[in-house]
Amino acid sequence: MADTEATATEEEPKVLTDLEKVGEPSVPRKKPNEIHPDDLVGKISIPKVEEGSAAGNKPYLCKPENMEKLGFPGDLRTDWHDAAIAKMGDLLKKYKSLQVYMDICVKCGSCTDKCHYFLGTRDGKNMPVARAELFRKVYRKYFTTEGKILGKLAGAERFDLDLLGEWYSYFHQCSQCRRCSVFCPYGIDTAEISMAAREIMDHIGVGQKYVNDIIVKVHDVGNNLGMNPKALKATLESTEEDLEEETGQKIRLPLDEVGAEVLMVTPSADFFASPHVESLLGYAKVFHQAGISWTFSTAASEAGNFGMFIGSYGQMQKVASRLTDAIQEIKPKRLIVGECGHAWRIAYSFWNTLIGPFDSLDPNYKRPEHICEYTLDLVNRGAIKLDKSKNDDFVVTMHDSCNVARGARMGDKPGGQFTIPRDLIKASCNRYVEMDEETIMEKTFCCGGGGGLLTDDLLELRVQGAMPRMQAFHKVQESHGVNFLALICAICKAQFTKILPKYGVGMDVAGGVHQLIANAIELGAKE
Amino acid sequence: MGSFEIDGKTYETDDDGYLVNLDEWNEDVAKYIAGIESVELTEAHWEVVNFLRNYYQEYNIAPAIKILIKEMKKMFGPEKGNSAYLYDLYPAGPALQACKIAGLPKPTGCV
Repeated sequence: MADTEATATEEEPKVLTDLEKVGEPSVPRKKPNEIHPDDLVGKISIPKVEEGSAAGNKPYLCKPENMEKLGFPGDLRTDWHDAAIAKMGDLLKKYKSLQVYMDICVKCGSCTDKCHYFLGTRDGKNMPVARAELFRKVYRKYFTTEGKILGKLAGAERFDLDLLGEWYSYFHQCSQCRRCSVFCPYGIDTAEISMAAREIMDHIGVGQKYVNDIIVKVHDVGNNLGMNPKALKATLESTEEDLEEETGQKIRLPLDEVGAEVLMVTPSADFFASPHVESLLGYAKVFHQAGISWTFSTAASEAGNFGMFIGSYGQMQKVASRLTDAIQEIKPKRLIVGECGHAWRIAYSFWNTLIGPFDSLDPNYKRPEHICEYTLDLVNRGAIKLDKSKNDDFVVTMHDSCNVARGARMGDKPGGQFTIPRDLIKASCNRYVEMDEETIMEKTFCCGGGGGLLTDDLLELRVQGAMPRMQAFHKVQESHGVNFLALICAICKAQFTKILPKYGVGMDVAGGVHQLIANAIELGAKE
Repeated sequence: MGSFEIDGKTYETDDDGYLVNLDEWNEDVAKYIAGIESVELTEAHWEVVNFLRNYYQEYNIAPAIKILIKEMKKMFGPEKGNSAYLYDLYPAGPALQACKIAGLPKPTGCV
């Protein structure tokens, strides 16, 4: 240590509260430098089950102050058991799908080896069927006749503190990516079960810090990052300077320009983080060269909506309502959404219900458009030109984001969410390679950080969960020299930037699709 | 939550060891946190820490990494205004590690 007299405060043995028991990991969290993934070489294979090997994974609990700001109890409710069962009853009535998922599973086993967290952690409880079973056994105990009478014989179990602790662990080892549901013959959506579980936990005072703190920040400051309007303005101005220095042209990043034709809504990470900001440069160049007036908005300076991750319709709606304010203020004709996976699911699948219909938009563009479909249309019409040779340093592959692949579409044809980004990438580079077909498009693996798990207190899980994707990547790296992993999601970008070095791959291999566009676009006077 | 003590005064930190109350920060606190992070603070380290603190005081958020690099370049020249230089000073990443030593909160979001 330096020349300062200092000591860590001595820890006194302390008695854990019930809430702390629920949130306390059963094994201490590892430090980042202690986490080493398994060897990459080999193919994605079903591991030998190590029961309970991931039981230690638990995210930090949300502090009472922020729980209360979201309308949740600040501590575990004394009547938590009854309140949880009542909430479960409400959700079963509200979401008929949840009721069906409880009753319809025949334990066929199709899902067992489909979850990246199971493959990475080897813990049997991370098999999707076992994860759902944590919910189902409580359901059976309180909502089915055989469960009420026969109890454990019917697979029913009382909801006690230990089981709640397991819920807190394993429902935070699901990134709600829905890969398992693709393979389920009944289409059971484990993501929806995990959202319901998190909603019940928040309701009784057991909330996760990372997600809930961020939702509070959106309400207080306006975006996930906590970037206030003054900082946002300064950051955009600084980025405009960079663009001018790079291109010699005045390429703008407008903010709050009333009457702009396009309102651009993008994850706040695009303003701040690397490689996200490279895609921001791409958006700006595309709008500039297309000659369209566009703007960001301080009211809607965040495309992401973490309300979905905690299954809270109320929070989702409150976060989304910021966009309504922005539309009223800016009066745009079109809404375009930047590179963000879960935001696109929400924009495409939920905005219309949450805050729609968008009657004030141009009737030709009454639904939100993805930046990839907007840019590809310009390319196809010859309105912008791409010089593929500018990306000749790269051999590119694409990682499909789970929420785009399995929670939305893009464009006006089925499968557009797969073809549009690929067509755009291929228009911007000469060398493109697909990863193993079992790991792409609707079968894509999660990056390992989705669903509200992109937090360092779950770093070990994130490293392990990235293993299937990293194996598929490693294969094309070896066979074709792939050195660019093209992404359309801010969470994927942050996750891979952090995780790639753990697997011996440089962090700069991860980048956005519009980063490639930024490199390739021909700027200047049109022919 | 955690805490540490310097010269009889207790400083609260969050779960990840970031100082809770920015106003309590002083050079001894920076040295203490740097010690935990195995970073020995030289003049070059202080240049970054001081910039981060000034930026935070004005904007209430840490600067984007590109801005940090650009401003370092403006103030101290190209040999200090680049990513490799900053990673040499703060191996765990200038955004996280230098912010921690500067007493700034941990940047979160999709970053």
